[in-house]
Amino acid sequence: VTARRLVGQSVRRNEDARLLTGRAQFVDDVQLPGMLHAAFLRSEHAHARLRGIDFARALQRKGVVAAFAADDLGDYWKPGPLLVPPPPIAGLEFNHAAQVPLARGKVRYVGEPIAVVIAESRYIAEDALDDIALDLEPLPAVVDMERALAADAPRLHEQFRSNLAAHVKQGKGDYEKAKRKAHRVISRRFHYDRGVAGAIENRAVVAAWDASNEEMTIWDTTQAPIPIRNGLAAMLGLPESQVRVIAPFVGGGFGPKIMMYYPEEVVIPWAARKVGRPVKWVEDRRENFSATTQERGQVHDAEIALAKDGTILGVKDVFLHDTGAYDPYGLTVPINSQCTLLGPYRIPNYHSEFTAVFTTKPIVTPVRGAGRQHGVFVIERLLDIAARELGIDRVEIRRKNFLRPRDFPHDHQIIFQDFQPLVYDSGNYEPALKMAAEMIGYEKFVREEQPRLRAQGRRVGVGIVAYIEGTGIGPYEGARVTVEPSGRIRLATGVGTQGQGHFTSFAQIVAEQLRVECSEVHVVTGDTRTFAWGTGTFASRGAVVAGSACHAAAVAVREKAIALAAKLLDVRPSKLEVANGRVFIRDNPSRGFTLAELAQKANPLRGAVTPGSEPGLEATKYFGPSRGSTASGVHAMLVEVDAETAMVEIKRYVVVHDCGVQINPMIVEGQIQGGVAAGIGNSFYEQLVFDDGGQLLNASLMDYLLPTAMDVPSIEMGHLETPSPLNPIGAKGVGEAGAIPTGALFAQAVEDALSGTGVEITEIPLSPGRLFTLMTERRQAGPRPDSTERRGTRGRALRLEGEYDFERSPAEVYETLLDPDVLASVMPGTKRLVREGDRYSGVMEVGIGPISAAEFTMQVDLEDQVPGESYAMRIDARGKLGFVSGLATVKLAPRADVIGTRMSYTAELQVGGTIAAVGQRMLDSVSRAMSAQGLKALDRQIRARAVGARA
Amino acid sequence: VYHGHFGRVSHHPLPDQVHAISLTVNGQAVERSVEARLLLSDFLRHELGLTGTHVGCEHGVCGACTVLVDGEAARSCLMFAVQCDGADVKTVESLGTEAELHPLQEAFRDAHALQCGFCTPGILMSLVPFLREHPSPNEAEIREALSGNLCRCTGYANIVEAVKRASTPAVK
Repeated sequence: VTARRLVGQSVRRNEDARLLTGRAQFVDDVQLPGMLHAAFLRSEHAHARLRGIDFARALQRKGVVAAFAADDLGDYWKPGPLLVPPPPIAGLEFNHAAQVPLARGKVRYVGEPIAVVIAESRYIAEDALDDIALDLEPLPAVVDMERALAADAPRLHEQFRSNLAAHVKQGKGDYEKAKRKAHRVISRRFHYDRGVAGAIENRAVVAAWDASNEEMTIWDTTQAPIPIRNGLAAMLGLPESQVRVIAPFVGGGFGPKIMMYYPEEVVIPWAARKVGRPVKWVEDRRENFSATTQERGQVHDAEIALAKDGTILGVKDVFLHDTGAYDPYGLTVPINSQCTLLGPYRIPNYHSEFTAVFTTKPIVTPVRGAGRQHGVFVIERLLDIAARELGIDRVEIRRKNFLRPRDFPHDHQIIFQDFQPLVYDSGNYEPALKMAAEMIGYEKFVREEQPRLRAQGRRVGVGIVAYIEGTGIGPYEGARVTVEPSGRIRLATGVGTQGQGHFTSFAQIVAEQLRVECSEVHVVTGDTRTFAWGTGTFASRGAVVAGSACHAAAVAVREKAIALAAKLLDVRPSKLEVANGRVFIRDNPSRGFTLAELAQKANPLRGAVTPGSEPGLEATKYFGPSRGSTASGVHAMLVEVDAETAMVEIKRYVVVHDCGVQINPMIVEGQIQGGVAAGIGNSFYEQLVFDDGGQLLNASLMDYLLPTAMDVPSIEMGHLETPSPLNPIGAKGVGEAGAIPTGALFAQAVEDALSGTGVEITEIPLSPGRLFTLMTERRQAGPRPDSTERRGTRGRALRLEGEYDFERSPAEVYETLLDPDVLASVMPGTKRLVREGDRYSGVMEVGIGPISAAEFTMQVDLEDQVPGESYAMRIDARGKLGFVSGLATVKLAPRADVIGTRMSYTAELQVGGTIAAVGQRMLDSVSRAMSAQGLKALDRQIRARAVGARA
Repeated sequence: VYHGHFGRVSHHPLPDQVHAISLTVNGQAVERSVEARLLLSDFLRHELGLTGTHVGCEHGVCGACTVLVDGEAARSCLMFAVQCDGADVKTVESLGTEAELHPLQEAFRDAHALQCGFCTPGILMSLVPFLREHPSPNEAEIREALSGNLCRCTGYANIVEAVKRASTPAVK
């Protein structure tokens, strides 16, 4: 019997049947008897002093059980912990400001929770939010990073002297000296802007307090159930054994679901104990755009010094990192940027320095890639520009500067996010570059196809970039493998799953050792009752670290089974073989035991467990890597840019990846394809747009564009395996890899397509609109505006226009239109409207999509009145949700065919504040719907009046 | 959860006022009294316990909540339960079981067309009527059909592959 390798096979996933039939449990699926529902009152201002809150009206509403603000939490109210303290880097400056369960004294970003309402249904809880009287004194927002650091900038955190969150310098060699020797020095400013993780499942927490057993059970969409359990137990004053945290199926993580502790995670269990009933909170999509952490606003001033042949002599990079309103995650993201910039290259002299800045925006923590994108973008862009200026091929300049196989392990002499020196364990980069160039047909494209297509006026380009990814960091994970007396094999581990296929890849590792089918291994993850030690699923570490623990535990169980069988059969262990769920004598296969029999015999009702042995066929093992393993890869892509619309079409996308030994190639390819899709979104579709007031202007999936099946091509993949020496499997992480180099690749390929036009791309994300602007600017040869300024709009423009036919004369229509009573009845949401001379004033109540309705005080001045023909209205409406202002003109003309009037109207409006946050499309569709609704009502009024007048 | 519709004019509904509805859900007759504002998605998930229908955006973009209403794909987050009075509603629970998957579900498993699986029920329910009307679609048609559903994990390639497998069994 030969041992069948399971590791390395594309095994179908054990978890899929449950997911496909809708029977897998997600947190929002938890339904408990007597369960209440929570809704959070969130700040509508980016920065404000909190002066008072009054729940009186809210508590009167039928179905409302309780409402709490910061002061109600008593001693339970505490700022969150510092998750990752700053690494041991000399001269490092770090100011820690933690998020709090509910705001006290001040709010520092739009969406920061201020209070929570607990009610019989989510509908009622949300109704009650509108009943809360809140006294906020707005303070100036701090949006732009450079302005945030100015001496006179408003401060977010009074305990610090400025908005500086951290300042860190790392480096090696002597960059200035290298620069003096350089043949060419290239410097540029690079921008990388914010996006969301965009998991399709929003966050959710359900908590149930069992008073009789003094036990708290929490279902949480977290990537780190065990640390959440440990922290909440401490906060709740309970033993860890009395708190059970379950991360069931989680609908996508991508980083933000590991943040600790979200305010909602802290408040909901407390509230459940306080009211004595289970409480559920489910984040809605609009909340997700501000209440869930985000990533990647950085501005880099970077410089590269080169020899004439393109050899890198040194790199200098000074950058700003936007950490948002608080910095609970420490310096993980900017340290990753700092380290990953070095890439697969030999860079003998490096000066890197960053300043992290507090801004009145949502909190920044790792999102798939976690700062690595920025580093890759900067070094790859510098190499592209260097290649162009030195007349060297883009593939060649990379090849020339790669680390060679003999350079490993390679010590970069700086500190990585795991506090260990940045040492690459292994790698072999040149074959990946060669393979990717061949797969995409780089040579032929550049030599033949591009010139031919160019001649036809088509803007086609190729890009090729290399990157590394530090993966699989410690501290440790554990696993327990149990063979039950039934023969059923159970595997428990602490890391949760958000779609990575742990139910399968971990099962493969165990099944291979115990020589059973993968489907026979039943995996439990993410339940602290089942496995209580570990950290979580992040930093591309699940398969590497937890996978290695599964391996160790399975090996131990196999050895235990062999030892027991050897004893029972009275043979030497080396004579035994394990196959098909049995342990037997190799030369006499009929003599042996099934694993089930051995499990029974390992737990006897009579007979002693001998000293030094343990009952049961079970083993628990832990694995902690000495440091992270370094995965690497090369991405290449062919694009075509539409010269008229600036739309980019991806013609082909090639990935050559080296993540060491692959446990399940099908899952690895899935991770890469999905990572690239996220990278494409990040590069060309997704960007969070904040106005000067810190208000997010595109907080809906109508305006924040996640890529669809029309935007993401099927990727062609090549694999290389350079096993990691740092774990028994030889694996390296793969979860984030796809997303990391895409921005750099997009920039290079698009720039190549536009070569000759002078367009240079130094920012991500792009968009068709932004690219169009860049192309137009170059055509007009105007100055390049500073791209940090380009988002500085006050609100959104809203243009409405249309026509409507009435079957009454212009004079009748004109008169009716100006009647305040008629207007009040036809304008949706009007509560009061009075006319004094040419001024109307009144109150209107409007809500849009996910935003609850609120009152606006409006004032409308009539101008340019020509009775029976035309007039204009200057509109100004303000309320706690924002403002609408602008000019509307109305023209009336007799209709030629019938007795009647054709009314045409145009309105040019500015919309700002919270109502603008739903984004342009929703504003457009809602205002169109409201106009249509109003016009129909007006038509009815005009008919009714005219009939009345005639009668 | 948001409890309104575009451009609504009042946020003070009358929670006590309920409406009797009767409909068929996955072949079973259902009669309930519901508030007018209760979304179909919340009705299916929380009144009937059919939690396979997922909710991702509640403004009709992500498609995770897609179900069949009288045979056509519909976003259950953009409909009220009262609108389905008299209707025939089918959710993902009406397809296969774990032991016996629907051929489309089988194709999804074979092609690794799901990762976290949260968006998957909505994608399946969008594809059921699509494949009924396009038994042998080409790739462009498949991608267009999928463009109303967002998936953040897979990058869509394997979903496209699964639809190809489900639509042309001979190629299996």
